[in-house]
Amino acid sequence: MFPIRLEKLQFCPNGRQVLADVDLLLGPEGITAVLGPNGAGKSVLLKTLAGLERPTGGSIDWNGGPTPAGRIAMVFQHPILLRTSVFDNVILGLKPMSLSRRELRQRGLEMLERVGLADRASDSARHLSGGERQRLALARCWAIRPRLLLLDEPTAALDPTATEAVEQLIREIRTDGTKVMMTTHNLGQALRLADDVVFIYGGRIREHTSNSEFFVRPRTEDAKRFIQGELPWRIAFTD
Amino acid sequence: MLDTLWEALGLIGHLDAQVLAIVWLSLRVSLGAVLVGSLISLPLGAWLAIVAFPGRDALVVLLNGLMGIPSVVVGVVFYLLLSRSGPLGSFGILYTPMAMTIAQVFLVVPLMSALTRQVVEDAWNGYSLELRSFAYSPWLCVRTLLFDCRFSLVVAVIAGMGRAISEVGAVMIVGGNIFGFTRVMTTAIALETAKGDLPLSIALGAVLLSIVIPLNALAYGIRRWAMNRFG
Repeated sequence: MFPIRLEKLQFCPNGRQVLADVDLLLGPEGITAVLGPNGAGKSVLLKTLAGLERPTGGSIDWNGGPTPAGRIAMVFQHPILLRTSVFDNVILGLKPMSLSRRELRQRGLEMLERVGLADRASDSARHLSGGERQRLALARCWAIRPRLLLLDEPTAALDPTATEAVEQLIREIRTDGTKVMMTTHNLGQALRLADDVVFIYGGRIREHTSNSEFFVRPRTEDAKRFIQGELPWRIAFTD
Repeated sequence: MLDTLWEALGLIGHLDAQVLAIVWLSLRVSLGAVLVGSLISLPLGAWLAIVAFPGRDALVVLLNGLMGIPSVVVGVVFYLLLSRSGPLGSFGILYTPMAMTIAQVFLVVPLMSALTRQVVEDAWNGYSLELRSFAYSPWLCVRTLLFDCRFSLVVAVIAGMGRAISEVGAVMIVGGNIFGFTRVMTTAIALETAKGDLPLSIALGAVLLSIVIPLNALAYGIRRWAMNRFG
């Protein structure tokens, strides 16, 4: 599955360029933070890796193959929870895997235990708080034991306590051997969690470097301005 | 007028055997049609909501159009199919409750499918990324969405039941309105009114209303309860 190599990747729905000649190399470990202003193409990049958007140009090479050998899971900014119990939601991703009822139950309960929701297993998922919902969304992706976990602004709109709990889970998932790639607008979060940073602006990757390097010595002017909060939140594509 | 009403209430209050038999047959035929219709239209509507294929829009338009098909047209079509000289005449089911049930299935399927498609399509817009990210097959998506929309889909089933139990054209034509065998509430009301036996017509009408209104109240109650319980 790794390394994942993106070459000249493009995504231009209806002629509108969202990703332009994206070249990226992703290793098997660690947390990669994808940073950039709104509309820069961060979420689309993740969706393309998850197979939810089909690139209009370029290629993704999964360790020499055209398709990934391991599982990929994605947590969305506003995860949709089914109108049923917390337990039924945590096993959502396991349903296509033909597991026995016993295995389903075992793995579901184990995941709820790990994210601290075991005592809420029979409660309605839609009655959970924002932080609990996001932990549940992480748990149901973690349950399928993905090799690559994609997180699209997983702590947007969460309070600091809930954010801390989610960040702790992300660290545990990484320690568990899962490669994590996440978008965030929270620079502090990227600083705390990420091993490397991909800075994307106008659909192009402007920098891909280590966390410490990016925040201390950003190479491009755009990255400097972004760190200093000078890039506009909503941008028109520059090309 | 008042005498007629009292006579009608008397028929209901004394559990008149004729009234009970007609009500029982009506329920058997319509519930059977809705049960079979649900097994067809819920998966069909959900499938139409999530799958894209050439001609899908035309099928959706056709289904929506068939929602308003007159029941007498369905009755005539099935009469032709089931009559002795028709392609299905060898089954010998014309003028039987079975024929009435089959005709009603074809009346309720377009209505229930169209309502199901609308409900599930709205849900699919929110769920598609999540379910696709877990590599759900279309069939697993259909099952998951039908389960998640179950409380909204009660309305589709109730609408089907309302359509089936209140129609008169199809069951009159393929059932023949035979006393004690294929006479249901709506055909009995039509006949008894024509004969001038208003108490029986009013009694059956009252029973019909007492079935339809509580059914709708039940659907409303289920939705309210589900909203509180599951969000």
